[in-house]
Amino acid sequence: MRRWIFLLAAVAGTSCRVDSRDDYLGDKGPGQLGIGHAATNEEIAAENFDVLPNGTGLPAGSGTAEQGAPIYAAQCASCHGENGEGKPPYPQLLGGPRNTFDFASDYKIPRTIGNYWPYATTLYDYIHRAMPLTTPGSLTADQTYAVTAYLLAREGILAPGQVLDAKSLAAVQMPARAHFVEDDRRGTVGGAKVR
Amino acid sequence: MDEKPLTRRSLIAGAAVAAGGALLSNLPSADAQQVANQAVAALPPPVVPADPTKGPGGPTTAVGSRSAFVNPTRAPVGEITGTTLTPLHALTGTITPSDLHFARIHAGIPAIDPEKHTLIIHGLVDRPTTFTVADLKRFPSVTRPHFVECAGNGRSAYRTPKPEMTPQQVDGMIANSEWTGVPLSALFREVGVKREASWFLAEGGDACLMARSIPVSKGKDDALIAWAQNGEPIRPEQGFPIRLLLPGWEGNTNVKWLRRMKLGTEPFMTRWETAKYTDPLPGGKARIFSFEMDAKSIITSPAFPERLSKPGWWPVSGMAWSGRGRITRVDVSTDGGKTWVEAELLTALTPKAVVRFQHMWQWKGNDSLLMSRAVDETGYVQPSMAQLKAVRGPGTDYHFNAIRGWRVARDGAVTFEANT
Repeated sequence: MRRWIFLLAAVAGTSCRVDSRDDYLGDKGPGQLGIGHAATNEEIAAENFDVLPNGTGLPAGSGTAEQGAPIYAAQCASCHGENGEGKPPYPQLLGGPRNTFDFASDYKIPRTIGNYWPYATTLYDYIHRAMPLTTPGSLTADQTYAVTAYLLAREGILAPGQVLDAKSLAAVQMPARAHFVEDDRRGTVGGAKVR
Repeated sequence: MDEKPLTRRSLIAGAAVAAGGALLSNLPSADAQQVANQAVAALPPPVVPADPTKGPGGPTTAVGSRSAFVNPTRAPVGEITGTTLTPLHALTGTITPSDLHFARIHAGIPAIDPEKHTLIIHGLVDRPTTFTVADLKRFPSVTRPHFVECAGNGRSAYRTPKPEMTPQQVDGMIANSEWTGVPLSALFREVGVKREASWFLAEGGDACLMARSIPVSKGKDDALIAWAQNGEPIRPEQGFPIRLLLPGWEGNTNVKWLRRMKLGTEPFMTRWETAKYTDPLPGGKARIFSFEMDAKSIITSPAFPERLSKPGWWPVSGMAWSGRGRITRVDVSTDGGKTWVEAELLTALTPKAVVRFQHMWQWKGNDSLLMSRAVDETGYVQPSMAQLKAVRGPGTDYHFNAIRGWRVARDGAVTFEANT
C-alpha cells in the first residue's frame, strides 16, 4: 500500500505532498476506523464450519461404515454410482489405482479418495459444506461421520467396524499425503526457468 | 473446467433420481434454455434503413444494448457446476465487458440480498468483527485493473486440442476488469490480526460454501475485498455483493459471495485445495497451493474461425498477462517460432493485468504459423507446449500457459495449433 502511494506521489511530481490516504492508513494514522460491529457468538457459530487436519472443528457425534452404507445408497449413489465409480459429469470417488502416483503421465487415471486425497478431515468438511448437491447441509453430524467412514472403508483405509468420531477421524493417515509438495515456483519470483 | 460440466439438464435428471428435484423446479428448464440458445443462433440479420441519415433514429432507452449486428456470447450456458467462457475473439482492448466475463461456479449462482449479506472476520484477531456491505464501502477504496484467470484455463487445448478451436474454447477462462474495493490490509488492521496468524480461510456464501486457505502475507500485500467491477456493483456470477480479489492468483482463490474469513496458523485443507486445484507432476508428486498464474499470451485475431480474405497487411492482435507482475515484452512469430519480432504494447503496463499487443503482418499468401510469447518483469518467458509438457507431464491438471499457435493456410483459413 505505501509503495503504491509513494509511486503515485512520485509520478505526480509532488513528493512533498502527503496523500490523504496516509491520514487513515499510514503508520501515523489511527489504524482503526471503528467500522463494523463486534461479531456476536451467534453470528460466528452460524457459519463456523471449518475443520482442520488435526481435527479442530469436528463436532461431537460418530458413525460406522455399516451405518454409512444405506445413507450413501440413498443420498450419494444416484450421482456417484453404487460403487463410487462416478456417473459423468459427477466425479468418481472410489476405486482408483493404488500404489502408484503417476497421474502426470495420463489425465485419465482416476484420482479418488484413496489414491489422491491427502487429508481424511477434508471428507467430513466437504460433505458437511456441500453435499448432497441439491440439499447441502441436510446430513446430521452422525450421518456425515457414517458416510465418511463408509467411503474410507471402501477404499481400504478404515476397518469396516471402526467407529469414526472427531478423534479417530483426525488420526486417519491418508495414503497419498506424502506425494504433495510445496509450489517450487514460489520464492523464485518467477525467473526464466519453467517449472 | 475443473470437472466435466454439470448442466441443468443432467442435474435435473440426477436430482429426480435423488428426490431432490423439487428444489430446482423454480429454475428455467434446460429445454427453455436450449430454445433461447437456438433463438440467438438463428436470429435473422437486422433490418436497417438504406440511408440512416434520411430520418430520425430510435429513442433513448433506460439501459443500453449492443448493436443488433453485434452478438458476443458466453458458452456454454445452463451450467450449475461448470464454466461459461469469455468470447475472447469478439473483444478488443483490455477490459472484459462484465456481462461477458467467464464464470466458473461450483453450486450455482446464489441470489443474495446485499442488505442482509455480511462478512465476518474472526479467529486469530483481537476484535472479531462483522461488516455489512455498507460498512465495507465506508473504508477508503482503491480501484485497479486486474485479470482473473481460472487455474484450469487451457485444459482442453492441452489435453484434447482440435484445429477447430476458437480463442474462447482455447483460453476463455480469463477476463480483465477494473475492480473497486477495500484493501484487505485495511480490514486486517481494523480487526487486529494477531502476529501468529499465517493463513486465513476465505469462505463463500454459495450452496457449497466454497472455501480456500490463503497466506496472510497475500492479504497484507495486494488483496482486495471488491464490491465493484467496471464501474458498477459486481455481477451475481462474479460474487455479488462482495468477492475476494487476489491479483495474479488462480481464479478459484478469488472467493465469490465472500461471507467469512477465519485467521489461523495453518491451511485448512479444503477439498478445493487438495482433491482439486493441485497439480500432478512427473516423479510421483503433486504441487499444492500453486497460487500464481504464470505469464501467458494468446493471439485473438486472426484466429479460428476467421479467414483472411486476401494477402496484404493484417494486424495480429492479442492479450498477455502475468500473475507475478507486469508484462514487459510480447514477441510474435509468423513462421512457427523460427524468428520472433517484438510486438507493440498498446495499453498501460500495470501489474497483474491484461495488456493488448499488436503486430502488423504482411501476409504473402503462404502457409504461416502465428505465435505469441509473453515475457514478464521477473524474466519469465512463456514456454512452448513441448517445454511445458516435459516439465509438468501430459496428465497435469492446472496452469496451462503454453505458447498458442494459429495456422494460416494458403486459402486464408485459420486453425488452432496446440503443439508449439
